[in-house]
Amino acid sequence: MTKLRVWWPPLSALAAVAVDLWLSNSSRQPSVRHPFLLYCLLAAAAALGLLAAFGRRCPRLAAWLENKAVFYGTALLALNTYNLATKKLALLPAIFFPAPDRVIGVLALDWRYLLFDCLWSSAKLLFSGFLAGAAAGLVTGVAVGFSKRAGYWVNPLIRTIGPIPSTAWIPIVLVAFPTTFLGGAFLIALAVWFPTTVMTSSGIANVQNAFFEVSSTLGADRRYQIFHVGIPAAMPFIFIGLFTGSCSSFITLMTAEMLGVKNGIGWYINWQREMLSYANVYAGLIIVAASFFVLITLLFKLRDYVLVWQKGVIKW
Amino acid sequence: MVMPGNFPRAGNGTDGDGLGEIRAENVVKAFRHHDGTEVAALSGVELRVRAGEFVSLIGPSGCGKSTLLRLIAGLIQPNSGRLSIDGAEIAGPDWEKGLVFQNPLLFPWMNIRDNVAFGLRARKVYRERKNEVETFLKLVGLEKFGRSYPHQLSGGMAQRASLARALVNRPRVLLMDEPLGALDAFTRMNMQDEILRIWRERKTTMVMVTHDVDEALYLSDRVVVMSPGPGRIDTAIYIPFSRPRARSDPDFLHLRATILKILNFGGQSREPNYQI
Ligand SMILES: Nc1ncnc2c1ncn2[C@@H]1O[C@H](COP(=O)(O)OP(=O)(O)OP(=O)(O)O)[C@@H](O)[C@H]1O
Ligand SMILES: [Mg+2]
Repeated sequence: MTKLRVWWPPLSALAAVAVDLWLSNSSRQPSVRHPFLLYCLLAAAAALGLLAAFGRRCPRLAAWLENKAVFYGTALLALNTYNLATKKLALLPAIFFPAPDRVIGVLALDWRYLLFDCLWSSAKLLFSGFLAGAAAGLVTGVAVGFSKRAGYWVNPLIRTIGPIPSTAWIPIVLVAFPTTFLGGAFLIALAVWFPTTVMTSSGIANVQNAFFEVSSTLGADRRYQIFHVGIPAAMPFIFIGLFTGSCSSFITLMTAEMLGVKNGIGWYINWQREMLSYANVYAGLIIVAASFFVLITLLFKLRDYVLVWQKGVIKW
Repeated sequence: MVMPGNFPRAGNGTDGDGLGEIRAENVVKAFRHHDGTEVAALSGVELRVRAGEFVSLIGPSGCGKSTLLRLIAGLIQPNSGRLSIDGAEIAGPDWEKGLVFQNPLLFPWMNIRDNVAFGLRARKVYRERKNEVETFLKLVGLEKFGRSYPHQLSGGMAQRASLARALVNRPRVLLMDEPLGALDAFTRMNMQDEILRIWRERKTTMVMVTHDVDEALYLSDRVVVMSPGPGRIDTAIYIPFSRPRARSDPDFLHLRATILKILNFGGQSREPNYQI
């Protein structure tokens, strides 16, 4: 049974190839220059077939395959079904649900523009905002966590400004800032700042007082305690803040680009939507999903690296 | 019952030589609970620990042993009375008053080596004394676990690491709150010898809380018996034997019986209203 399972993805890919090759196309979907989906499916079938045949040689690969085979096979089946419902039978409105060929076509032909213009511009905005917001959040969080006076001034600010979704500031920020880039970066920073501050300060508040006592009997002064006891002990909380912050930064980025900033992948999606080029909208969405997936994965990797000491202490 | 002690002094030490005299004069400590009531933890404690002396604190649970150590360490302040080291009032915690806590409290985000090195790093003397970290890891038998994290250690190993972390700092006064409580009998005896060796070498003043009368007899110049409700010092017994001591010496057993008697009966007969 388990041996057969690994053949499910290549077979599913081949089934999709068969559907794409031998069923006739609906006339309602615009045709494309190349059968892009077919190329992808053939490549997938070949790669997955090779894996199924030889993957067993490498134990780690085999384990991974056993685990993931059902998922990938079924995902290919879903793609096949979507292809059938659009390109072949046009069951869904053709204008809003483009055939996979057309979406892949946009990616294959326009990737240079999508990556180097749109994505690059979004990335600049996202990173400037994220880094500024995270840094500010860490500073205020640590200040509030350690100093009563900082808490006195900053806590009311956190309570009033924090809960407002940063996208609600768009009307003000886009006119108040000299450039839309600065305005967008500010909004993203705001979106990251709030959860980072809250989680950092509550992380520090949650550190066992005994750790500060031990460190003081070992000769650590206040400053050393902040950087070598308080902050590292609060790291698990800080990462939760950063994760929450990155999710709201993605939302803010997309909204800001759709509403005001005149470039970036969010702006591209909105622009293509206005032109009713939904194949391009989907291509844009795929790029967004892939980039955010990569970013979140990197953040997870960073957390695993920083919080090795937690393995076995807390299950994520 | 109180006998003059003999204090072995070894070699010429360096820093902290002949220093580390602890004095507690009429120390009172009460804790305020959330409902506003005050609980007296210590009432009128008088204690003088000579520089380089090894004193054991022994007494039933809740009689204020940990509180007394925390006061000496400077972590808490007395309600009244005076606490001083070498004549200077204790203002707050610092590395000269090392404290081994009742539970190991290793920093979970650091590996064992970094835990042990913490004090040296915090005091910015790590570079000159780096190799002492290995020395003390070896001393507590954890040289192979330097790169492990605290959650990977057994309870006894964690306690040994915590002991090494305090020892490497070479404090003037070392306060230990049941440091060997979690160890098996064999490791425990080894650690007792190591503590004695360091004590002789460094002439550090040591105050150790223990529930083990044999341990107190084996290690101390003086056993201080505390009694509860509210906590105070009951008796101090000098242990007149020279070191190394034989654990099964008849005189030893005699003193042991005396202390056990104070612990089991003395407290109650003098405190007839004390209720559990
Ligand atoms: N932070 C605190 N807040 C309130 N009460 C406290 C606090 N610390 C200690 N006490 C009280 O002071 C008394 C003495 O406590 P302490 O921890 O010093 O006892 P102990 O002799 O160390 O006991 P054990 O042998 O069980 O460790 C107890 O009645 C305890 O309830
Ligand atoms: Mg105690």
